[in-house]
Amino acid sequence: MSLLHWAVLSPFLVAILIPFLYKYMKRIHTGWFVLLLPFALFIYFLTFLPVTSSGETILEVLPWVPSLGINFSVYLDGLSLLFVLLITGIGALVVLYSIYYLAKGKERLHNFYVYLLMFMGAMLGVVLSDNLIVVYVFWEVTSIASSLLISYWYSREKSIYGAQKSMYITVFGGLSMLGGFSLLYVITGTFSIRELVANADLIITSGLFLPAMILVLLGAFTKSAQFPFHIWLPDAMEAPTPVSAYLHSATMVKAGIYLVARLTGVFGGTPEWFWIITIAGLTTLLWGSVSAVRQKDLKGILAFSTVSQLGLIMSLLGVGSAAFYFQDGDNALYKTAILAAVFHLINHATFKGSLFMAVGIIDHETGTRDIRKLGGLMTIMPVTATISLVGLASMAGLPPFNGFLSKELFFTGMLNVLDYGIFHLETFGLIIPIVAWVASVFTFLYCLIMFFRTFTGKFDISKLKVKHVHEAPVGMLISPVVLGLLVIIIGLFPGILAYSIIAPAISAILPGILAAGEQFDVHIYHWHGFQPELWMTIGVIILGVLLFLTFRKWENSAFYRGERDLFNYGYDYGYDGLIKGSQWLTRIQMTGRLRDYFIYMCAFIILLMGYTMYRYNLPDIGSLDLSPIPPFMWLIFIVFISSVVVIPFLQNRVAVIVVTGVTGFIVALFFVIFRAPDLALTQLLVETVTVILFMLVFYHLPKLQKEKTAIGIKLVKLLIAGGFGLMMTIISLSAFSLGQEANFPSIAEFFIENSKEEAGGYNVVNVILVDFRGLDTMLEALVVAIATLSVISLIKLRFKGREDV
Amino acid sequence: METLVTILAGVLVTVATYLLLSKSLIRVVIGTAMLTHAAHLLIITVPGLKIGSVPILGEGDAGPVDALPQALILTSIVIGFAVTAVSLVLTYRTYQEIGTDKLDQLRGDQDE
Repeated sequence: MSLLHWAVLSPFLVAILIPFLYKYMKRIHTGWFVLLLPFALFIYFLTFLPVTSSGETILEVLPWVPSLGINFSVYLDGLSLLFVLLITGIGALVVLYSIYYLAKGKERLHNFYVYLLMFMGAMLGVVLSDNLIVVYVFWEVTSIASSLLISYWYSREKSIYGAQKSMYITVFGGLSMLGGFSLLYVITGTFSIRELVANADLIITSGLFLPAMILVLLGAFTKSAQFPFHIWLPDAMEAPTPVSAYLHSATMVKAGIYLVARLTGVFGGTPEWFWIITIAGLTTLLWGSVSAVRQKDLKGILAFSTVSQLGLIMSLLGVGSAAFYFQDGDNALYKTAILAAVFHLINHATFKGSLFMAVGIIDHETGTRDIRKLGGLMTIMPVTATISLVGLASMAGLPPFNGFLSKELFFTGMLNVLDYGIFHLETFGLIIPIVAWVASVFTFLYCLIMFFRTFTGKFDISKLKVKHVHEAPVGMLISPVVLGLLVIIIGLFPGILAYSIIAPAISAILPGILAAGEQFDVHIYHWHGFQPELWMTIGVIILGVLLFLTFRKWENSAFYRGERDLFNYGYDYGYDGLIKGSQWLTRIQMTGRLRDYFIYMCAFIILLMGYTMYRYNLPDIGSLDLSPIPPFMWLIFIVFISSVVVIPFLQNRVAVIVVTGVTGFIVALFFVIFRAPDLALTQLLVETVTVILFMLVFYHLPKLQKEKTAIGIKLVKLLIAGGFGLMMTIISLSAFSLGQEANFPSIAEFFIENSKEEAGGYNVVNVILVDFRGLDTMLEALVVAIATLSVISLIKLRFKGREDV
Repeated sequence: METLVTILAGVLVTVATYLLLSKSLIRVVIGTAMLTHAAHLLIITVPGLKIGSVPILGEGDAGPVDALPQALILTSIVIGFAVTAVSLVLTYRTYQEIGTDKLDQLRGDQDE
């Protein structure tokens, strides 16, 4: 195990200690102990920056289940490092923030930090693993940890609902993804991502390419809240705000982005990948931004904004995958798309994290997140207002913040699509930049709403639950201020990220495009000159402001008032329908009536055997070598058949017993005729005892009544019984005929020859029973013993006055 | 003769299945007993009912018939008897405790 393995596992190990620290170190907030870990990990991973920026990668293999090709192999390259730094860096800031957000003594901190560390370790595992099965394992742990964190306040019904929903949706995606991984293994014979990339040609030409790709994408889309699986994210806002900031904006929802970026090397360059991801991303972008405008809850706005920004990154990854079509490192057209995706990924994590924390502060200090109750907080909470302003301006894409740079790059990437002559882009290409632009207008609009509704206007204390509103404590402000500063620093000096983090990440997303030793040329400018991108941004600002100014007019429209996402109805009805449907299905088949179950069984056997006979041209009743029928047999047959057939129609108890006894005695007679004296003897005795038993029991039973059954049911009974009997006859006859055809020598000769020599007995049947096959007899005796004990305990043991008689 | 006995067993199976589908518990028990008879008849018939003497060495001139199915049936008869006895006593106890042998009324609770 290398140090990197320990780094991945360290959060789990620390999580074990948390409950003890919580219990025995009551005076110190547990978060302080936790804070050390992400901070140390962040520093540790920073030391890898020189390694990855020089184009090197690190691979450490730890065998887990080597016989199945499952190894815990840690692979660190530019893309992993970018994610690892986000996870640990923002993780440290979130833990610091949570120390002030969650009060000591009031909250169950040990639960919170155990779940949070569990999540952190799983997330590190997802982005550092090279083995798909290990990725899947950590992926599901993030789902579980996320659900646990959403339901942190588990006494609230909405928390439970949100946790359940996110669990169902992400686990559904996770299982699909596992299916996709298995298909990839079937195609290539390896679970290693690097080897998959090396075998990309094999995968693309395989017939399983499309199913594998769609299944893997289902996992990525559900995790990253892409349309229409985005519905779990707004409901996940019931989690404590540090969780929302960490999981549902900066890290977990980017796991799907990570997966898509990681597998671009495998699937990229195909039209299916290009279109599915681009369309999903753009739809999510547009739907998320339009829905965010309608939200009244600050966290709701941020949730839909996250959905929309994730769609933006996803669409850029889709567009950028065209790089593999050209296989040309100098083609700057598509490269901007991947560059924009990576850059926006970083930017989004910074400004969205700070915005969530700012909203958390507002919630913490005023007791509400509803924009209809808030207003005029600018002078009361100046620091929070400034942080929000920076974050929102960056999100809206205003200079000089980092969001401006990535939005410009986004427009460039989307406009470049028009220059491609591939994948039918000449026909549909124009839609892509238009959708991107419209979505940006709405993005700008909700940023305006969020800022002006919260911080300007009239401050009305009577709408709030708290008596006194003031700025948050300093500790709570540190994390958002750090993130806000990052927004500004990256905005002003994007070059510091360019070759240290972004270029290695791009070369990890697009492996094999560049020759060895080359580097992607990353230049991020503020000023592009009077290019279309600039006019698009100006258009966004003008239209956004116009829409905001006319906001009062459409504030009362149905569009604005309908806050709930339409797809939630689909989910809720689907969920209820599933439960009601399965209850209905169970109720109609599980009637609790023995007769119905017998009918199912018999009908199934009849159908199965009938189909088998039809399929294999049975019954094969060919030449039968029959033994002759002695004349007296006919008489016995007639008596037997008539006594058997009459049984169901008898109403008299004694008559039924007698007739049943008659059939048993005739069976004994058959044994006599078939030269089986021992059988005849036993059958006679057993039948006599059975008749006596029936007599004993009948005396205590009610009189038999004529069965009143509907004629339809009677017909079904007759049909089933007749079919079953007929089928048994046909099977027996064909078995008899086939046995004669096969003409295998019977084992009977052996018993007859050896009965005297080996066992010293003349009665072959008895020798078989006690000597050749004595074990059967022993266990048969055991059966009788058990039956005797059952009868005794049934009669003797009585629990009176208890419910479970 | 094999065809005839097989058809006979088929009739037995038909009647037994019809009894299994009835409402009263005691008829179901009789049905299972009938089914046992059918199975025994088939076990001895399907290998072929060739003419021979009883499977006791030194009896009769013709070779003895196959002894193995007879041993199997002998085991089966005893087991069948044990099962019939237990189900009969169970029926008796059920009627004593619950007061009915109608299967429709022995359906348990709604939420079971």
